[in-house]
Amino acid sequence: MKIKIYKCLLVGFFVAILGACQSTPTHDDSLYLELGGESGITKIIDIFIYEIGQTEETLHHFEDTDIDRFREKQIEHICTLSGGPCTYTGDEMRPVHQGMNISESGFNAITNAMIRALNTAGVSIGARNRLLAIIAAMREEVIYR
Amino acid sequence: MLNRLQKLLFLLISCQLIFISSEVTAGGKLIGSAGATQVEGSGGGGLVPWATLSGYATRDEMSASAFFSAVSVDDFRMSSYGAAYTYYDRIEVSFTHHDFNSDDKTTALAQNIVGFKVRLFGDLIFTSWPQVAFGAQYKHANNTNAIRALGAKDDHGVDYYLAATKAWLDGPFHRNFVLNTTLRYSKANQLGLQGFGGDKQNGYRGLIEASAGIFITRYWMVGAEYRQKSDQLSAVKEDDWKDVFVSFFPNKKAALSFAFVDLGRIGGKGTQKGAYLSLQLTY
Repeated sequence: MKIKIYKCLLVGFFVAILGACQSTPTHDDSLYLELGGESGITKIIDIFIYEIGQTEETLHHFEDTDIDRFREKQIEHICTLSGGPCTYTGDEMRPVHQGMNISESGFNAITNAMIRALNTAGVSIGARNRLLAIIAAMREEVIYR
Repeated sequence: MLNRLQKLLFLLISCQLIFISSEVTAGGKLIGSAGATQVEGSGGGGLVPWATLSGYATRDEMSASAFFSAVSVDDFRMSSYGAAYTYYDRIEVSFTHHDFNSDDKTTALAQNIVGFKVRLFGDLIFTSWPQVAFGAQYKHANNTNAIRALGAKDDHGVDYYLAATKAWLDGPFHRNFVLNTTLRYSKANQLGLQGFGGDKQNGYRGLIEASAGIFITRYWMVGAEYRQKSDQLSAVKEDDWKDVFVSFFPNKKAALSFAFVDLGRIGGKGTQKGAYLSLQLTY
């Protein structure tokens, strides 16, 4: 009888663990939602593009950029990075920045443009820092290429 | 002779501060990432030097900064001023002057410090390992006789330190978070104001220093620091230092820090607590 109780407890324990595993979301879209979903991200990118236009030191990097395509891919990219229901169909980070020789300072200037966009769009500090950490991780693929 | 050299260096740094050529001027790093200037003039927190270099210079840039700080505790006050120049996110050279006075006007000590720091590897924010730097602070106290009377062996000496600093953009509470540990190798008594080496103990000692801070918003940081001190003079007891601080980075040109400090016993007086204020201007 005692052994049965232990067995039951043991089985219950494993079921609980499995249940916990299953209930753990394999897909975390909390950042996507905090950024305001599709409309929020569209707003962020529109302000971001305006802010890039105000950042003279990096403007030359965008001389040949098709702004409409850039806007569309940026929205897709941020949506994907934040766990949203999108697929990024743009270029990979390393080849697209090849030959641009973006300096550390230039990368930070663009990052600052993004920070201003996130602030203007009213994104919370927590969500902003989460997104910045994701963007920062791509730095090595972007600078001095 | 040495004092003249130090003054010359100070003048040189000041001139560079004013006439720094425009194409290499500073400031490519992210706001707040330069930290402040610690009490001995090196880039850091308030009491502790960090692996960060003064100013916002990236690997393509140079930057210059100047700082002023004042500490007022129960029986003493100290003012410091200095300047630092950072070359290409690699080397920092600094000059600092300290004036230390007792409120009862019986003690007046002063010293000059020339600092040098080299970033060995790592980036505060962008590498998964910390930014690590090696630094040295050459200190020369002015009041040789008073210092010898206390039992100190020398009026000048060099501190060496190894600092590791790491910031996380998405730290606890999704806030920017910074941790620093510094290992100092020193003979100095009370920063060197009471000379170097002593009657109780005379030799280099390894000392641990640490800082932790969190950016509540993009511009405001709060944190705490700890600095172990050696205790080498039997005439005057020396204790470890602690502080809690608030720093404000309104833009990349200025940083303002305010701290409550506990400096323990100083100059034969009881525990010294009080306020620390520091202003840093960067170009």
